[in-house]
Amino acid sequence: MAVLLNVENLKTYFHTYHGEVKALDGVSFYIDQKETIGIVGESGCGKSVSMLSVMQLIPTPPGKIVDGKVIFEGQDLLKYEAKGDEMSSIRGGKIAMIFQEPMTSLNPVLTICRQLTETMEWHLNMDSQTARKRAIELLKLVGIPEAENRIDAYPHQFSGGMRQRVMIAMAISCNPKILIADEPTTAVDVTTQAQILDLMKEMTERFNTSLIIVTHNMGVVARYAQRIYVMYAGRIVESGLSDDIFDNPQHPYTIGLIDCVPQLGETRSTRRLVPITGVPPNLIDMPPTCAFLPRCKYQIDKCKSEPWPSLRPVGDQHYISCYVNTREKK
Amino acid sequence: MNTSEADVIVEIKNLKMYFPITRGILRRKVGDIKAVDDVSFIIKKNETLGLVGESGCGKTTVGRCILRMYRPTSGNIVFLGSDISTLPESHIRPMRIHMGAIFQDPYGSLNPRQTVGGIVGKPLRIHNMAGKRELSDKVNELFNLVGLDPSMMDRVPHEFSGGQRQRLAIARALACQPSLVVCDEPISALDVSIQAQIINLLEELQDKMGLTYLFIAHDLSVVQHISNRVAVMYLGRIVEITSAEELYSNPLHPYTKALLSAVPIPKPSIERTRHRIVLKGEVPSPAHPPEGCHFHPRCEMATPECHEERPSLREVGNGHMVACIRV
Repeated sequence: MAVLLNVENLKTYFHTYHGEVKALDGVSFYIDQKETIGIVGESGCGKSVSMLSVMQLIPTPPGKIVDGKVIFEGQDLLKYEAKGDEMSSIRGGKIAMIFQEPMTSLNPVLTICRQLTETMEWHLNMDSQTARKRAIELLKLVGIPEAENRIDAYPHQFSGGMRQRVMIAMAISCNPKILIADEPTTAVDVTTQAQILDLMKEMTERFNTSLIIVTHNMGVVARYAQRIYVMYAGRIVESGLSDDIFDNPQHPYTIGLIDCVPQLGETRSTRRLVPITGVPPNLIDMPPTCAFLPRCKYQIDKCKSEPWPSLRPVGDQHYISCYVNTREKK
Repeated sequence: MNTSEADVIVEIKNLKMYFPITRGILRRKVGDIKAVDDVSFIIKKNETLGLVGESGCGKTTVGRCILRMYRPTSGNIVFLGSDISTLPESHIRPMRIHMGAIFQDPYGSLNPRQTVGGIVGKPLRIHNMAGKRELSDKVNELFNLVGLDPSMMDRVPHEFSGGQRQRLAIARALACQPSLVVCDEPISALDVSIQAQIINLLEELQDKMGLTYLFIAHDLSVVQHISNRVAVMYLGRIVEITSAEELYSNPLHPYTKALLSAVPIPKPSIERTRHRIVLKGEVPSPAHPPEGCHFHPRCEMATPECHEERPSLREVGNGHMVACIRV
């Protein structure tokens, strides 16, 4: 399968009064056609910033993409002006995004119809009648009952799960090549989460779209993603096929992330949780060494003197940025 | 179940909490939101009762009724042998020595203008449990208990991370050595890697001090891990109560089954093949709940009787209670 989007050595910094925040410090990842990947990490690790950088939606200032390449269909998107026409035709057209907050990402004073048709009129040059017809079809597709009547409703008349469905309809309306879902189910209940994720998977399969799921919940990506990237403090610390990441995690952070959440059916008597000690690092004051070092149980002397290790292969398509062979130490 | 009176910390009988819906400038009452609709359960000494359900199901309201932050519409709350459901506020205050509370948002629940030592020691001062000299010793002890450095006592909350703040909230809740601690979503605002630290701390403290918890959360796997027994709520009613092990191995209510199957498991090999019950539609409004069983419009097993008859909680053996006529 052909590589659709290739991000190389992306660096995005934010300038603040307290100093420079290296939100992304050399992040590389790729996605193939029709592939689903997961990007996992805790809040502040840079997963949202990397998606916003791809879309060139980083608020500048204070943020700035200082280095890297975003190759999409042979073109480097970072060469385009953030507010230029080339970027606008890609954003929402070829690469679409679903944001975390369905409450705030819809405009409260415009009808659902207006918001759905706007993107289609812009990207596909549809007239308003055709766009409206297509919008109704899309709403039916994502499972909104009585779509003909509800299309003229306002966002506040929809529940959280319904709004997320509208967002999905909007995102797929221009047949994007890539759909980026940034924490798509964090604000909804667990039974709604299952509905939304299944719907997203169904839609991307139907329209041959690649899907990037960004989440802090390891369980969410386990079912859908073929490959997974684990991020920590602005870098990718482990990447690999999803079976390898879950069944044979190698980076101490990934191991910790999997061990620290209770699994369904586990009780206090069957397994005590193994927490990751300490707290995530302050991105302003980053040590030259591995950022996970203060929290790491597997550390060796080399970790304290050498700089942050770059990714090295530990298996087929499986990479970690760590000096330690955790498999031997476990 | 045979339990002697002394073992029961809280008994709730037919608790109802309705919030009026008002309209117009005269604030005429036009209906009720039945946040809690006839809920009964007991919590025994040294156990953890987990209360799970989706947002809006009334689980937080139950917790607040037990703390008597709300005055229930009807029903009884028997706390340490006395009925507190209708006591006036002045009589409730002394009872609160025996109650601790930990809330979801550690950023909103700590006064930003007080030192953390003052915050943790406040319950002791309010209830006159410590003189001036003792106070700082006791606060010291509490800091050590929850794994914080007592030298940080004079700082203010914004200098602490989310996990540390939740430790402060726990220290404050335990200051008066309460008989019951109500934990309302204590970990859902924290980062994944910090959540396990707080769960472990709560479990350790329970073993050490013989605490009793009401643990309210929406995350089924977390609730199951920390609880001895679990109650599942749907739209103001309890649909199933049983031990944590049994809830997983033998769930009976169709809603519990759907809830369990919706929780993602971080194992791709299991996840891809697992049969999942995806519920239709959404939770109805508690202002206009469906007739009969509240769950029937979304239930695969519903029969015409389910539309009419409200199922009551009944025991199906070994303390396992379920509210469904089809089970």
